[in-house]
Amino acid sequence: MLKPTSLPAAAPVELEAGHSPWGDAWRRLRKNRLAVAGAIVLLILGFLCAFGPLFAQSYQEQNLDLGATPPSADHWLGTDTLGRDLFARILYGGRISILVGLVATFVALAIGVVYGAVAGFFGGKIDSVMMRLVDIMYALPFTIFVILLMVFFGRNIVLLFVAIGAVEWLTMARIVRGQILTIKKMEFIEAARSLGFGKRRIIFRHMIPNVLGPIIVYTTLTIPAVMLLEAFLSFLGLGVQPPMSSWGVLIKDGAEKMEEFWWLLVFPGTVFSLSLFSLNFVGDGLRDALDVRSAKD
Amino acid sequence: MLRFVLRRLLEMIPVLWVIVTATFFMIRFVPGGPFTAEKAVTPEVLRNLEAHYGLDKPLHRQYLDYLGNLLQGDLGPSFKYANRTVNEIIADKLPTSLELGLWSLAVALTVGLTLGVLAAIRRNTWLDYLCSSVAMTGISVPTFVLGPLLVLFFAIHLGWFNASGWYGPADRVLPAATLGCVYAAYVARLTRGGMLEVLGQDFIRTARAKGASEVRVVFRHALRGGLLPVVSFLGPAIAGILTGSFVIETIFQIPGLGREFVNSAFNRDYTLVLGTVILYAALIIVLNLVVDVVQVWLNPKLKFE
Repeated sequence: MLKPTSLPAAAPVELEAGHSPWGDAWRRLRKNRLAVAGAIVLLILGFLCAFGPLFAQSYQEQNLDLGATPPSADHWLGTDTLGRDLFARILYGGRISILVGLVATFVALAIGVVYGAVAGFFGGKIDSVMMRLVDIMYALPFTIFVILLMVFFGRNIVLLFVAIGAVEWLTMARIVRGQILTIKKMEFIEAARSLGFGKRRIIFRHMIPNVLGPIIVYTTLTIPAVMLLEAFLSFLGLGVQPPMSSWGVLIKDGAEKMEEFWWLLVFPGTVFSLSLFSLNFVGDGLRDALDVRSAKD
Repeated sequence: MLRFVLRRLLEMIPVLWVIVTATFFMIRFVPGGPFTAEKAVTPEVLRNLEAHYGLDKPLHRQYLDYLGNLLQGDLGPSFKYANRTVNEIIADKLPTSLELGLWSLAVALTVGLTLGVLAAIRRNTWLDYLCSSVAMTGISVPTFVLGPLLVLFFAIHLGWFNASGWYGPADRVLPAATLGCVYAAYVARLTRGGMLEVLGQDFIRTARAKGASEVRVVFRHALRGGLLPVVSFLGPAIAGILTGSFVIETIFQIPGLGREFVNSAFNRDYTLVLGTVILYAALIIVLNLVVDVVQVWLNPKLKFE
């Protein structure tokens, strides 16, 4: 077995097969059929959303004479009441949903990792104050604050990123702190310290790379949570605003018109659920592959 | 234990104070007021309205007045509903939301525990895979997709239920099922995980060796320990069910507090926003405390710190 210090090495290729922890994880992940299927679905969806709109009909192009039509050869998933192609709208909406998912997760990741690492590293009084704060914030109705923020400060997409990111970092902070506390007592940190490295260098170069496993797993699981929150807000009319649209907006529109035009609800709902489903499977697969047990604590 | 509960309740006070203060000032520094949307309000009428609600006083004065009234349990008059106080609105709407929440929690626990225990005792059989897939589906299909789909199928297509409204007992079924399903899925996964861990332990083998029946082993010995992860999830679940009710009440046109909260934010009904935020925060904090107590009660290894 390798010592944890060699974990961050990005190229385990030259090592003998079966010895690198990342290689092992990769092999375990590939065996997990659900995770692989999820990853493939995500790749296809991502690819379609990124490049599909280049070929599909413009999502804003209206055709009022056409109106809402059920799925047909011309419009695979039908059209909405303004005669816009639903397939194109889903692809464009996906761009926004995925973008929100990634950016807001990154915000949460950045805050959570730094906060957790600092609390875990310094320990003692600093740690207990910082974590007590997290405990208290956990108990707060944050969704309510996000709603208030969105209502009061205009429904601005940048604010949406920040607000969602600011809500989702708490669990990440807890996980990172727990891991850092364990690693802190290991010999290689002692060694780094006795070599006289600074605190910043020890935290960022030696500790964080060794908690990458849980961070990766929890990040994958945060993306669906973030996308869900965005869609939740959009459903209440507080998220992404027209003419932009996201999957949440499409679902909201579909739910309003579903009595007459079922496809407007069913297709966006399916695509959205399918992507959450895939993300969750990939996250679970990664958790098993990287053998992260406490990721849900 | 009493000391633990008291300490936590005391800690609540500063937390609630921060929430009240933050919300109070956040609302006020935002453009637009409760009366800006109304048409044909002459400056004079506006002044009178503001004077009536005390909005003409300096901000810090309003803040202190609000805190003073809050300490006496008075949440003030609503700005949007003439002649109604926030206390009245909450008393009127909260029971509906609580009822919805309780039904949903009941769905979540019954369905979730059943699926989770079944999956655990029949590990790696088709039953386990079925239960686990159902649970994963529940987690991945959000309430605002599931709700309309259920309405589409059971109310519009089959005609078994009303598409919206909150009158008879039948009107509880779809909303509670929608809101409960997501949490049932989490409960099922946690139960399965918890049960599997407990079922592998020595005392279970001992119980089996002593000839305890499988039913007894599962229900008497394993379930108590296996439930621990579920109990610690209940805190977040309750908060989620409370906020989830915003969407459910919108979909099913239920006259509850969740819908009222979202509307009040749109309407800039300052006092109603503040009142509901305080109420939700207090509810969530108290319920989390209850969950913590139950957790220690279930697990003798934990102590009240």
